[in-house]
Amino acid sequence: MTVRRIVADDELTIVTAAEHRERLLAALAEGDGVRVDLSAVGEIDTAGLQVLLLARNEGERLHVPVEFADPSPAVTDVLALTRLEL
Amino acid sequence: MALDDDMREALDMFVTEARDLVQGLEEGLLELEDQPGGGETVNAIFRAAHTLKGSSGLFGLRHLVEFTHVVETVLGSVRDGTLDVSPGLVSALLPCADHISAQIENLSAGQLEPDAAEAAEGMRLLEALTPYLQEGTAPAVGDRTAEVAEPAQRERTWQLALNFGPDCLRNGMDPLSFLRYLATLGEVTDVVTGTDRLPAAAEMDPESCYLSFDVTLVTAAPKSEIETVFDFVREDSDIRIVPDDSELDVYLRAIRAMPENDRIGDVLVTSGAVTELEMAEALRIQQERAVRHNAQPGPIGEILVEMGIVQRDIVDAALARQRRTSETRSHDTRTIRVDAGRLDKLIDLVGELVIAQSSIGITGAAPPSEAQAEVMRLVDEVRHSALSLRMVPIGTTLRRFERVVRDVCMELGKEVSLVITGADTEMDKALVERISDPLLHLVRNSLDHGIEQAAERRKHGKAQQGTLRLNAYHDAGNIVIEVVDDGRGLDRDRILAKAIERGLVAPGTPLTDSEVFNLIFEPGFSTAETVSNLSGRGVGMDVVKRNVTALRGTIEMDSTRGIGTTIRIRLPLTLAIIDGFLVGVGSSSFIVPLDRVTECVELPPGPLSRDCMNLRGEVLPFIRLKQLFQLPGPPARRQNVVIVEQSGQRTGLVVDSLLGELQTVIKPLGVLFSRVRCISGSTILGNGEIALILDVGPLIADHSDREHTRHAAPAA
Repeated sequence: MTVRRIVADDELTIVTAAEHRERLLAALAEGDGVRVDLSAVGEIDTAGLQVLLLARNEGERLHVPVEFADPSPAVTDVLALTRLEL
Repeated sequence: MALDDDMREALDMFVTEARDLVQGLEEGLLELEDQPGGGETVNAIFRAAHTLKGSSGLFGLRHLVEFTHVVETVLGSVRDGTLDVSPGLVSALLPCADHISAQIENLSAGQLEPDAAEAAEGMRLLEALTPYLQEGTAPAVGDRTAEVAEPAQRERTWQLALNFGPDCLRNGMDPLSFLRYLATLGEVTDVVTGTDRLPAAAEMDPESCYLSFDVTLVTAAPKSEIETVFDFVREDSDIRIVPDDSELDVYLRAIRAMPENDRIGDVLVTSGAVTELEMAEALRIQQERAVRHNAQPGPIGEILVEMGIVQRDIVDAALARQRRTSETRSHDTRTIRVDAGRLDKLIDLVGELVIAQSSIGITGAAPPSEAQAEVMRLVDEVRHSALSLRMVPIGTTLRRFERVVRDVCMELGKEVSLVITGADTEMDKALVERISDPLLHLVRNSLDHGIEQAAERRKHGKAQQGTLRLNAYHDAGNIVIEVVDDGRGLDRDRILAKAIERGLVAPGTPLTDSEVFNLIFEPGFSTAETVSNLSGRGVGMDVVKRNVTALRGTIEMDSTRGIGTTIRIRLPLTLAIIDGFLVGVGSSSFIVPLDRVTECVELPPGPLSRDCMNLRGEVLPFIRLKQLFQLPGPPARRQNVVIVEQSGQRTGLVVDSLLGELQTVIKPLGVLFSRVRCISGSTILGNGEIALILDVGPLIADHSDREHTRHAAPAA
């Protein structure tokens, strides 16, 4: 059993949201757990945040563990702003 | 950050609004310098800075927010009276306004961030403001501006329910930016992010917004100000701003303390619980329901409660304040911004309508029926009101020169007061924009060359302070703009000597005063002995003249030695439609602008050798249009002369037939013909044929040039 590791791009915004969603869903579909590395994210907007939330929800639904690791300052900033936890 | 079209559009709106705000800021600052006590002015510029900061925040333009924030803080302390207006302060703030303006122009050019040089400039400007920040304001400048700026308002707690529309992301609006911006208004004590609308993976559109936010905001800013934050997303989002339950008592007390009022809406709006915008929306819903159910409209208070705008307790308290004789009316007299392109389209259509209408006049031989006459009258009215849509008062442009006068005076060490009269005079917006640069040059020129140094003025027994007057008025279908100074006036002899030296006129040529003065507008002419930073490089006055002429205007100079100079620009009110005089030459038709035509006479029979005729004892030179445009065909048996006047000089145009007056819509010539002189445009006649519009100025000028060379040739 191998946990899939996904590194989110520098730009996690509306521009790349669709692409990130596909990558995350594909990884989830493998069913062994996903680790999303957020250390490289330089810019994140609502669309980007939604994709992360979607991955979390989808993980719960499929009973696949999803872990968000090393959030970059941009990500922590947004989480603090929205009072959300991943 | 990439800009898509929607974002672009929103940004354009912001740029337009921001330009107005910066201009207001600048005007206000200059006004403050004159009258440091102006409380209303202080408020206005504070608001301008505040709104600028707010809107910039929406677009995530952090540099603008940070910069404007400091400016706003300084203005805030001026408003509170803890900081006095001094020339030093105004001098420190004016370049800040320039900096903001430069950033906005960058934005409109697509550059979102300032480059290094600009950023450094911004830092330098802010440093210049530092003394004013420490002076008077509370030590905690920065984070707590809202409090510093508005001590009169006590802080209140608001519950904001933000349900952004699904398309807001696609429209370039990021809800997170709004959250960030709210934090600059006050303290965001709590946020609950609603994620339950987020659908399952398969149905999720990654570009749609599914999140909602419930925000608790503690701020001293009034509700209307919080509301403006959401101006750009209001249409497709559901934004509710409700006073926190803990604040209910405050509102209830405030409402009970109010005098009785006819309208519950006024009570609610005055109390600050409901904004004008919310009220207008509630009234609209009220009307709509009344129409749909064909019944008496429901009480407005009920609708407000239902919309979740305000708590029932507050409405009840307000109802108690409402007089029995109540009648709710909505009156909405706000202005709307319209894309200039749409306006142009409308005017273009109206133009076509005028053309179509004039075809009725040409082909319809029988007298028009009553209905036709009515249609004609209406078309005329439509034309007038369509054109008036483009009309703006010239005052805004003229007031911009206050800054120029101030800066130039500082630079040259002169004392000049600017007096603006006729600021309400209206003219076409496109014209206003295009006349602004030439005017700027004239103003600088007057300050530089016209008005003397204070010492010199005293020596001549004049008031130490010079006066520059900008005056605008309407005169017979034209707008006249005058730049008047009480300076040293023009030196006729020196101008003439210079003109002879430059070979512009032959020595010994007899010239009238005004002819001599107008030599200044010749290319390559400058009499300034010292070249200053501002003018005197010999470029400019000829360009000014060219620009004015391109707008179908004229420029003339009037001057009295030692008393002053008046420069008069005369422009048409609009570029879109002219009153013309239709003439026929051979099988072609031409239109002469009616305001140039003075009279029409018949061409005397018999040979006229020198292209001149006798008009009541005066020699009148004329131009044969047939020859000029090399039109084929024999001359008509009886020819007519249309006498036109340009800069006081009369010239005849020989044509075959006079076809009468008509209003015509100018269609500009294509790029291909941009070099054609003597023709300023074309129009389509009622019978479908094309007529060219004659440009009288160049026509006469070219002709007299040719005459000069013809006369000069044998002599040489």
